Amino acid sequence: MNNQHMIEVDGLRKAFGDLEVLKGIDLVVDRGDIISVIGPSGSGKSTLLRSLIHLEKAEHGTILIEGAPILEERGNKLTHISETEIRKRCKKLGMVFQGFNLYPHKTALENIIEAPTVVAKVPKAEAIKNGEELLQKVGLSDKRDTYPCFLSGGQKQRVAIARALAMNPDILLFDEPTSALDPELIGEVLQVIKELAAEHMTMIIVTHEMTFAKEVSDRVIFMDEGKILEEAHPDKLFNDPDHPRIKTFLDKML
Amino acid sequence: MNIEYLVQSTGYILQGCSVTIKLFFLTLLFSMPLGFLGAMAKTSRVKTLHIIMEFYTSIVRGTPLLLQIFFVYYGLPLIIPGLRFDRFNAAALTFILNYGAYFTEIFRGGIQSIEKGQYEASKVLGMSYQQTMLRIILPQTIKRVLPPVANESITLVKDTALVVVLGIGDILRNSKEIVARDFTISPFVIAALIYLLMNYVVVIFFKNLEKRYAVYE
Repeated sequence: MNNQHMIEVDGLRKAFGDLEVLKGIDLVVDRGDIISVIGPSGSGKSTLLRSLIHLEKAEHGTILIEGAPILEERGNKLTHISETEIRKRCKKLGMVFQGFNLYPHKTALENIIEAPTVVAKVPKAEAIKNGEELLQKVGLSDKRDTYPCFLSGGQKQRVAIARALAMNPDILLFDEPTSALDPELIGEVLQVIKELAAEHMTMIIVTHEMTFAKEVSDRVIFMDEGKILEEAHPDKLFNDPDHPRIKTFLDKML
Repeated sequence: MNIEYLVQSTGYILQGCSVTIKLFFLTLLFSMPLGFLGAMAKTSRVKTLHIIMEFYTSIVRGTPLLLQIFFVYYGLPLIIPGLRFDRFNAAALTFILNYGAYFTEIFRGGIQSIEKGQYEASKVLGMSYQQTMLRIILPQTIKRVLPPVANESITLVKDTALVVVLGIGDILRNSKEIVARDFTISPFVIAALIYLLMNYVVVIFFKNLEKRYAVYE
């Protein structure tokens, strides 16, 4: 099944109470795609990302992860999919959060090997070896036994990326990975993401870093008020967007 | 007042120590797991459990411990004939239920103080609820609840003196006997020093524990 999409989203709708945050999202992600999602705050970017990995349960629509549904609507009703099954299917995805969410009681290496040893049941020695390689990849070998509280924001986020990579996800989701960082620390995190891009890691990145989005992604999605306003190649979207709303937004950002 | 008299009194008062210490450890031994289960129930998704636990903690925390001791020892046998505990067991049962309620609230607060992001990180890494609780949430909770648990333990050392009302021969009861017999208050001073010493040990113990958990944050 070589033509299978990595992620397929169809008619995704999600509301928090009366507030409809996603108003019908269609999205296709293929292997190696690097997609940036931009748009004003409250446009539903994060909710879309969180719905893909089932941190939010949407009310309508279909989400297929490598062909397997984690949300499926048939005849206006959601089909029941068990939590265990959803969790299994979501293992294809990894996620990096704005607030890092590292385990404070575990060292950098322990953070990375936790899920491989506990969830994937990888032997500890092997997990440590992989973990050390990942730390090297994000340039933090010397922080192996350091607790997160002694790391800078940029270092924390790099450990968090290594932790997500340790589970060998097919797709990585980034939810504003640099928004909580001091400006001078943003570069080191973006650098790591760029390196992943060079390895053709499939990624969806919600970001406010326009220059980065332009540089790294094959496709940019502009979201506004719960809808995808435009989806295009960065050259097109940043230089000649179809929608005046996007132009106004970009003028403010750049 | 001579040294020999003081040594003799102290010896007699110290005999009461065994009851105090036994009650102290027995209470901690059972009320902590009880508090743990209570906290799990209160943070679970089962609404019925919330209601039961809410009833338990509000009754226990809202009424005097002394009254609860009277109730278990004198009251229960009247309500349920045949349910009669000896004095020490009645006291121990009351203490366990009482401290269990406080620990329930302390542990619940500790669990709920852990950031939502910790659950989300664990979820996206594929961990189950049990794995998340055991490996991620509870270890962090322990660190956060140490100071209030230390407080409760110190209070417990002193609360054990309440068993005097059932005529159990603890530190306070034994010193009171000497006071009544010899018309001197020195036994009270000795008793106070013993309680102070015991709490000193408790404080040192928890300080060390907190130091061990201070490697992060």
